[in-house]
Amino acid sequence: MTIQTDKSTSYTEPGIEGLVADWSSDKQTFDLPWGKLMMWIFLLSDTFIFSIFLTGYMNVRLSQTDNWPNPSEVFALEIAGQHLPLLLIAIMTFALITSSGTMAMAVNFAYAGNKRKTVILMTITAILGASFVGMQAFEWTKLIVEEGVRPWSNPMGAAQFGSIFFMITGFHGLHVTAGVIYLSIIARKVARGDYEKKGYAIVEITGLYWHFVDLVWVFIFAFFYLW
Amino acid sequence: MSETAGQQHPIGIYLKVWLLLFILSAFSYAVDLLQVEGYLRWTLILIFMFLKAGLIVTIFMHVTWERLALKYLLFAPLIAIAVLIILMAMEGDYTFMTREIFFDQ
Repeated sequence: MTIQTDKSTSYTEPGIEGLVADWSSDKQTFDLPWGKLMMWIFLLSDTFIFSIFLTGYMNVRLSQTDNWPNPSEVFALEIAGQHLPLLLIAIMTFALITSSGTMAMAVNFAYAGNKRKTVILMTITAILGASFVGMQAFEWTKLIVEEGVRPWSNPMGAAQFGSIFFMITGFHGLHVTAGVIYLSIIARKVARGDYEKKGYAIVEITGLYWHFVDLVWVFIFAFFYLW
Repeated sequence: MSETAGQQHPIGIYLKVWLLLFILSAFSYAVDLLQVEGYLRWTLILIFMFLKAGLIVTIFMHVTWERLALKYLLFAPLIAIAVLIILMAMEGDYTFMTREIFFDQ
């Protein structure tokens, strides 16, 4: 029996044959740094958590007999006498997409070995993430203080609206906050030169987490705010 | 690891995807602004949502360039979520029906 040790040829076959070879040969199945694989598995489990939240929301909304508050109106803003539906949410969406773009480029510059640009782009990503959390705090305050939304009741309609809103956006906001901290730590370590020998896979791993946070927001935006 | 320097792709593709995500987000916001209602609204929301999610996963998260073994690891478990959604939709409809019958009496 020969154990495949030549790494340069072990993961070359594409498609189904490659899949079979990856699982059946006497070698590591996944051609990834372990940290990246673990991040993917964590994100898969997180996908299940958010899916269950959103499925629970679907079930509650399908089965309630009251009127579901119109999110377009609930989250509208009055600016200079102008009535603008969902404006804050739109700005938050654009902030998060922009941060995903800067993160993608940070990963690229990291692998290219450009430390300075990587740190700058990661910092911009973290700042955009922090501004997202700031806007969310504003949104929550407005909803709680001005509109009187509570997890058990609200003046606009179905009582379940509040609990679903606080639970889903709160859990997402927690992820964004954790991401901002994670990004700041890794950006600082990149700047300090901790990865010069180890390689910059860590930036890609951080990027995976950050893009996932953006991905979850795409679904929350569609199902909670637009539906 | 077979790849020497990990995932590296021309910067142009990120900028294009970024622009597309902006446009798609603007479209989904427009669905609300123009007050499109009913099945057209839901269809448009879902189309824009899946396009955005697809772009983020395939390009930004590099799944297009990953090996099939990882793709299956990521996408096969989602079947369980699809089953859950179908079951809960049926259950929700049923609960709604019973509430309609008994709450009105």
